[in-house]
Amino acid sequence: MLKIDTDACTGCGICEDNCAFGAITVEDGQAVAGDNCALCGSCVDLCEAGALSIDKASTGPGTDLSLWSGIWVYTEFRHGRLAPVALELLGAGRRLADDRGVPLTAVLLGHGLETVPETLISHGADRVLVADYPQLAEFTDDAYANVFEDLINRERPEVVLAGATAIGRSFIPRVANKLSAGLTADCTGLEIRKEDGALLQTRPAFGGNIMATIVCPHSRPQMSTVRPLVMKPLPADASRKGEVITAGIDPARLSSRVKVINSVSSESEKSNLQEVDVVVSGGRGLNDEEGFALISELAELLGGGVAASRAAVDSGWIKYSHQVGQTGKTVSPKVYIACGISGAIQHVIGMQASDTVIAINRDENAPIFDIATYGLVGDVFEILPRVIARLRRD
Amino acid sequence: MKIVVCVKQVPDAKDVRLDPKTNTLAREGVESIMNPYDRHALEEAVRLKEKVGGTVVALSMGPPQAGEVLREAVACGADEAVLVSDRAFAGADTWATSYTLARAVRKVGFDLVICGKQAIDGDTAQVGPGLACRLDIPYVTCVRAVTGVDGDKLELQRLMDDGYDELEMPLPGLFTVVREINEPRVPSLKGKMRARKIEITTLSGGDIDADPACLGLAGSPTQVVKVFSPQFNRDKTMICGEVEAQVEELVAVLEKLV
Ligand SMILES: Cc1cc2nc3c(=O)[nH]c(=O)nc-3n(C[C@H](O)[C@H](O)[C@H](O)COP(=O)(O)OP(=O)(O)OC[C@H]3O[C@@H](n4cnc5c(N)ncnc54)[C@H](O)[C@@H]3O)c2cc1C
Ligand SMILES: Cc1cc2nc3c(=O)[nH]c(=O)nc-3n(C[C@H](O)[C@H](O)[C@H](O)COP(=O)(O)OP(=O)(O)OC[C@H]3O[C@@H](n4cnc5c(N)ncnc54)[C@H](O)[C@@H]3O)c2cc1C
Repeated sequence: MLKIDTDACTGCGICEDNCAFGAITVEDGQAVAGDNCALCGSCVDLCEAGALSIDKASTGPGTDLSLWSGIWVYTEFRHGRLAPVALELLGAGRRLADDRGVPLTAVLLGHGLETVPETLISHGADRVLVADYPQLAEFTDDAYANVFEDLINRERPEVVLAGATAIGRSFIPRVANKLSAGLTADCTGLEIRKEDGALLQTRPAFGGNIMATIVCPHSRPQMSTVRPLVMKPLPADASRKGEVITAGIDPARLSSRVKVINSVSSESEKSNLQEVDVVVSGGRGLNDEEGFALISELAELLGGGVAASRAAVDSGWIKYSHQVGQTGKTVSPKVYIACGISGAIQHVIGMQASDTVIAINRDENAPIFDIATYGLVGDVFEILPRVIARLRRD
Repeated sequence: MKIVVCVKQVPDAKDVRLDPKTNTLAREGVESIMNPYDRHALEEAVRLKEKVGGTVVALSMGPPQAGEVLREAVACGADEAVLVSDRAFAGADTWATSYTLARAVRKVGFDLVICGKQAIDGDTAQVGPGLACRLDIPYVTCVRAVTGVDGDKLELQRLMDDGYDELEMPLPGLFTVVREINEPRVPSLKGKMRARKIEITTLSGGDIDADPACLGLAGSPTQVVKVFSPQFNRDKTMICGEVEAQVEELVAVLEKLV
């Protein structure tokens, strides 16, 4: 429970104003926590009187932590293609493994995996555990989770990372549940805590309005799904050496109750936003479909991709597959140009990792300027056509 | 078919904003609502019931005021409402939540469980798969269409990053839904009247024979150690002046970067 020191509490109401769950009220000059308190802890740090605390001395399902060692990364492979996040995780995993002084293992499941292990080694893996079976050609939660669970039980890694992709977010929770391990969702930050080597996992929650750092003090492995395009891959180094290990799997563990009848790859779900260096993005400030065409025009001139805020997508000016943000895509191009976008936190969360952000908005107080590298206060209809004309001329 | 729909009461995220001055959450009269994804889960359950017959049970774990979302669920077509509520549940992570919901769902009985893809507060999308695992039943996440129902199995389309998969899931089973699966109906007058009168079944930790060590904060392998506001630190250059000058400077920046 949230503990409130009634002597220290001044009834100032800061906690009440800031509780995202609306769980605190000040009654008769004293803060009172309601049943809907989620124990998120945001009020504890804010309390100027130091009157709030949460008793974290949980017992938890205990396990002997010293038996678990090594960093593992699930390197997602589907339909002949390694997911880009696999290499990003190897970059992050390499750093954690070096901090802990332990090996980095890539786990590769699928069929027709041929030279993929070499790619993983060149990007940082010391070891690659390979399970190559026809039953793993299509993704099923049962088979993938069974195999992964068995491998983890055999080798007992201390940390397991997977991409927060459709596949990772589907079967990893099952693995964590079977192992009674803590699982942190959609992480954007991973650090080793110096004192005890614990993994500090930081993630956005509450639609990106707050960041939470999470640890798993009593359970192993410490598991996280990690948001794509946040971690940086290492450049490929063909001279790196590593070990490729074929994992024997009990055939009974390869069957699935859910059957894949067909797998349809559809162009409309895809957009090239995650592969281009420049993204030009438009929001409600473009007014209509015709206005939004300026975005496409500029993107084409710069050889970049077209993105949009949810307001622009909801208005029907562009397809959902171009939406950037909390409920859309996450992008991190070299240059992100935000035009007529206010910079709501749900949008920002999807583009904050861009190297350079250029913002054009007529409202000098728009929050987008808080995260911009270059800001232009002005009217998109005056600026964009002139920029387009200038670029055309060159 | 007996369908259990898991609905969560959440704070309405769109009202929550960062206060730029204090860099903390500024909450102005945030309302509690039914998790938007769960509306779609409920709608799909009601449609399935209309097709093949059966009952729809809305089930929520939360404090007593979560009864509000259960009444709303009844207004939108659920036949029964179950509230799983106990002070011991506070601070549950997804592991403990999945454990608790599984005990309750078992107690209620089911052929099919439907969840939202994710809750807009915790945002983990882990409870659906965790619950299925605890119930030892097959599951499919991110379902965008139910294309067939046949006695003991469902045909489903699962949204993937590169398209979609067509799947067959045997029952009993569980799936989670994305918003594009359907357009939820608005409550009918009759539904609203039923909602006002319905007796909500309340289950405590004892009623579901839960092991206290697996509940709430104590039963949670993950612990939140710090909560803070997102910070974006960049050196900012404002490009000022007349439009023509702004455009020249911007083009120079673009030529340097691109
Ligand atoms: C749960 C949840 C999830 C969400 N997910 C997303 C998401 O994934 N992506 C997303 O983008 N949003 C998302 N949103 C919505 C988000 O909160 C904002 O509402 C949205 O991003 C606003 O879009 P906008 O900036 O285009 O529009 P507005 O906020 O209306 O801003 C328009 C801006 O254009 C400027 N402007 C107007 N005219 C001109 C002009 N002529 N020249 C220059 N500037 C001009 C205005 O000053 C204003 O700043 C989500 C919201 C919720 C609650
Ligand atoms: C800031 C913050 C960060 C957190 N991060 C993590 C984390 O990384 N890992 C972790 O394990 N826990 C985490 N938690 C705890 C987590 O939010 C709770 O366990 C919560 O009860 C369920 O998770 P969710 O809201 O993410 O639900 P989701 O898994 O996103 O919900 C999916 C679906 O499950 C059903 N469902 C979920 N909860 C209920 C309920 N109470 N009653 C009925 N149906 C329900 C609904 O159908 C819902 O649509 C965090 C909590 C906070 C406050």
